[in-house]
Amino acid sequence: MSITLAAQINSILAALILLTAFGLLVQRRIYGLLHLFAWQGLFLSISTGIVGYVAGVNHLYISSVLTLGLKVIVLPYILHILIIRMQIRKEVDTVVNIPTTMLIGIALVIFSYHLTAPIIELSTLVTKSTLAVALATVMLGLLMMITRRNAVTQIIGFLSMENGLFFAATSATYGMPLVVELGVALDILIAAFIFGIFFFQIRTTFDSLDVNSMAKLKEEE
Amino acid sequence: MMILILLAVSFVAAIILAFVGDRRFAHEINIIGSAVTFFAGLGLAVQVNMQGPMLAGGKFFFVDYFNVYLAVLTSLVSFTTAIFSRRYMRREREHGRVGHWGMRFYHAMFQLFIFAMLLALLTNNVGVLWIAMELATLSTVLLVSLYRTPTAIEAAWKYFILCGVGIALALFGTVLLYFAAERVLGEGGEALLWTNLNQVSGQLEPTVLRLAFVFLLVGYGTKVGLVPLHNWLPDAHSEGPTPISAVLSGLLLNIALYALVRFKVLVDGATGTHQAGYMMMGFGLLSILVASFSLLRQKDIKRIFAYSSIEHMGIATFAFGLGGPIATFGALMHMLVHSLTKSSIFFTVGHASQIHGTQEMDKIRGLIKGNPLVGWGLILGVMAIVGMPPFGVFVSEFLILTATIKDAPIFTPFLLIGLGVAFAGILRRAQQMVSGSVPPSHKSLKAANIPVILHMVLVLILGIYMPDFLNQWFHKAVELLK
Amino acid sequence: MNQIYPVIIEILQIAILLIAAPVFIGWIRMLKCWSQGRTSAGILQPYRDIAKLFTKDVVLAENASWIFRFTPYLVFGVTVLVGAIVPILSVDLPLSATADVIVLIGLFAIARFFTALAGMDIGTAFGGMGSSREMMIASLAEPAMLMAIFTVSLVSRSTSLSQIVHVITSKGFILRPSIAFAVLAFILIAIAETGRIPVDNPATHLELTMIHEAMILEYSGRHLALMEWAGMMKVFLFAGLGIAVFFPWGIAPKDNLIYLPAAILFLAIKLCLAGTGLVLIETGLAKMRIFRIPEFLGSAFLFATLGMLSYFILE
Repeated sequence: MSITLAAQINSILAALILLTAFGLLVQRRIYGLLHLFAWQGLFLSISTGIVGYVAGVNHLYISSVLTLGLKVIVLPYILHILIIRMQIRKEVDTVVNIPTTMLIGIALVIFSYHLTAPIIELSTLVTKSTLAVALATVMLGLLMMITRRNAVTQIIGFLSMENGLFFAATSATYGMPLVVELGVALDILIAAFIFGIFFFQIRTTFDSLDVNSMAKLKEEE
Repeated sequence: MMILILLAVSFVAAIILAFVGDRRFAHEINIIGSAVTFFAGLGLAVQVNMQGPMLAGGKFFFVDYFNVYLAVLTSLVSFTTAIFSRRYMRREREHGRVGHWGMRFYHAMFQLFIFAMLLALLTNNVGVLWIAMELATLSTVLLVSLYRTPTAIEAAWKYFILCGVGIALALFGTVLLYFAAERVLGEGGEALLWTNLNQVSGQLEPTVLRLAFVFLLVGYGTKVGLVPLHNWLPDAHSEGPTPISAVLSGLLLNIALYALVRFKVLVDGATGTHQAGYMMMGFGLLSILVASFSLLRQKDIKRIFAYSSIEHMGIATFAFGLGGPIATFGALMHMLVHSLTKSSIFFTVGHASQIHGTQEMDKIRGLIKGNPLVGWGLILGVMAIVGMPPFGVFVSEFLILTATIKDAPIFTPFLLIGLGVAFAGILRRAQQMVSGSVPPSHKSLKAANIPVILHMVLVLILGIYMPDFLNQWFHKAVELLK
Repeated sequence: MNQIYPVIIEILQIAILLIAAPVFIGWIRMLKCWSQGRTSAGILQPYRDIAKLFTKDVVLAENASWIFRFTPYLVFGVTVLVGAIVPILSVDLPLSATADVIVLIGLFAIARFFTALAGMDIGTAFGGMGSSREMMIASLAEPAMLMAIFTVSLVSRSTSLSQIVHVITSKGFILRPSIAFAVLAFILIAIAETGRIPVDNPATHLELTMIHEAMILEYSGRHLALMEWAGMMKVFLFAGLGIAVFFPWGIAPKDNLIYLPAAILFLAIKLCLAGTGLVLIETGLAKMRIFRIPEFLGSAFLFATLGMLSYFILE
């Protein structure tokens, strides 16, 4: 595989990751969200593998396999089980309507591009141009967490942000040192268990996973 | 070697307590573990005092004058908190607020939290620092929701989500930092070591670092509780068990600030300007003002002190941002005395709310008559925290004010307003609570007195006399942070 | 001789458009019948329909104005003109120099504008409803269409269709995320513009769902024949436009008459595939509620914008 071809494939994957990030923003059905999230993880994993191959950085393969295992198989599976167990409503409520969210999302992509443009110029890596996409994915995950009022969707937004961060690490620097990547993956795994526990706690206490029902703690009580 | 013991003890204790956390002797194990950690911390301090800064574990850990005192402080406060939690949590267990699994979980996570904080302090690797900070958040999230009340779960969820987002942005900042460092130091773990980064800070790309710092400031700033990223803090402090409030307020905020200060030094070194400092000053000042006015409106006893923590973190952030030897010295000392005072206040507050069965300040009365230790502990602690002489907080705030008047006089009025409002707001409330007659709903209890007395004595001593070794550490730390 | 070639090609292309459009529609209907397990009426059925309509008398409403009578000719004429601009067979089209892709969108807009006017002209409820729905879709589809076209123009640095085809064929195949997004956007827009499922159903006259059919409900005889024929050509042209812009390999280059038979063969293959793709979409999806259409076109706009952004970000 030549480097230019790899770079082309990588930028297609970047585009797909961005697309799934938008898909998460506009998707209404909760299983749809889950599938999109799994796809995003898959694209990320392939992209990491390709970058590892091109750059000859072996530990990226480990990172790629970790992403595949964690983001494509384990986490969607856990979420799937949780959704079934808790009989969560299949449609997702949003705070801001979807077209507006899309427009904000586009603005965020432009913002990310603007922000990373000076950095991209400094880089010599073939994958450098995907850094803007990585930041945009982080921002879109953040937007999703703000505009969705359901605990599960907030978590998916959070994990999608994490995907963006991994993507940033591989595209800007060919991956962080292995110890850091492993540590981050471990943290995500722990976080996954914690939100699993949380869902049950929220569910048993509030009878729904709608975050709006948690509004008791205000400044003036 | 000492570092490894320091870290290993709390980790091993966490594992043991996960199994025996609800036995009768669990509290003692918790105390012993923390005590051993504390003595290891002291040993480390002695070692550093004699040999100077050092690397350990193949460059993986490092100790210098900045983090050694924080490590000792962390192990000390966690030790005293463990003592406090013995009586406090026993009572909660007897009253059925916490169950069997809750106790096991509480003990294990308490130790894990200490482990994470010490790791964050002592690691030489910026990435590991991030991991440890995230671990510290994750280990406390479920402790905040330990009581399973709706408000507790809401607070914990908020804490989880906000800090999760914050820390994710911090990771992006770390990636950018690595990106800049890799160009100078080459690929691999070497490029993320503090010791290496500080040596080459002048060669790092300023544009990248400037952007990285924005992300790091927002990320770690969320953990410090800087306004406007502070929303999780009062909720998490007020809804969790009091020992957790004490360590969150006294320790976790410090560690996050520690990370922020390290990055600030690095970034200002790279850009050759004072931009990072200015950003910290802005956030600090905003935190002081917003927090001091917010605490006027509070009705919950733990929330008012949570806002006070935001205010004091704001003061320290402002002072670090201001820079200069006096302000930095003041900020270092402020982190120390605030942590001691605030955790002591939370100890007494915890007992006060147990005595009255509520956290509402309006219903808490007559503490001095009802339980002299709690009453006097609270009022003295409050006097210390609002900056009355002769306590240590007065000294540190005085130093910071002096530096402000000299270097940035326009900010002096804002600082004074913030301090004044907080002074009036907290003291007024505290006075009502400690004075008056004992209400009939009063329940007597055996308070944990050693931690309160120890902390207050230390704060008093620091206000009157600064030990020689501490003085030297601070001076050397100021040199490091220049 | 060199002056005459382009004219020959131009005439050939228009002839192909007029002849092949009904066949293309017939092909789509046939495939659809097969996929649904019905017996098809044969690939030539659209010819028979049109021929039958031409022999019938025109029934005009009493209050029909000149707009109503004029619109079928105008729509037909404009569609043929578009067919003369889009490089379906060869880039060597003399008329192609007169209009670029933006004008082309404008021409479609003229046809739509008059169709909508004609729909309201008689004053029946269905006509007005159809017109208003059609304009809603158009107002959303056109910006998205322009965005998608701009993305391609950015890549080829020209808005002239011949130039776009020339640049893209000469560069060889490159994986470009921007083009991939633009293709996606274009497919969605083409479905909406040509009134296919899931936006509109060309085979139904159910009052609640029809859009395009509601506007031409009052037409009969040769007027209806022209409108139907123009509609078929529109589908054909959108397929041709998509092929020209995104998969132009096989279109004959300049001054090359010998290549023309090959170009026709390629076109036939590509159109067969395009028809198959359309049938797959139509059988796979259900018609969506009219209130979901803005979201459908919103996502088309999103794709187009992302395509444009990824041109700047990733290339």
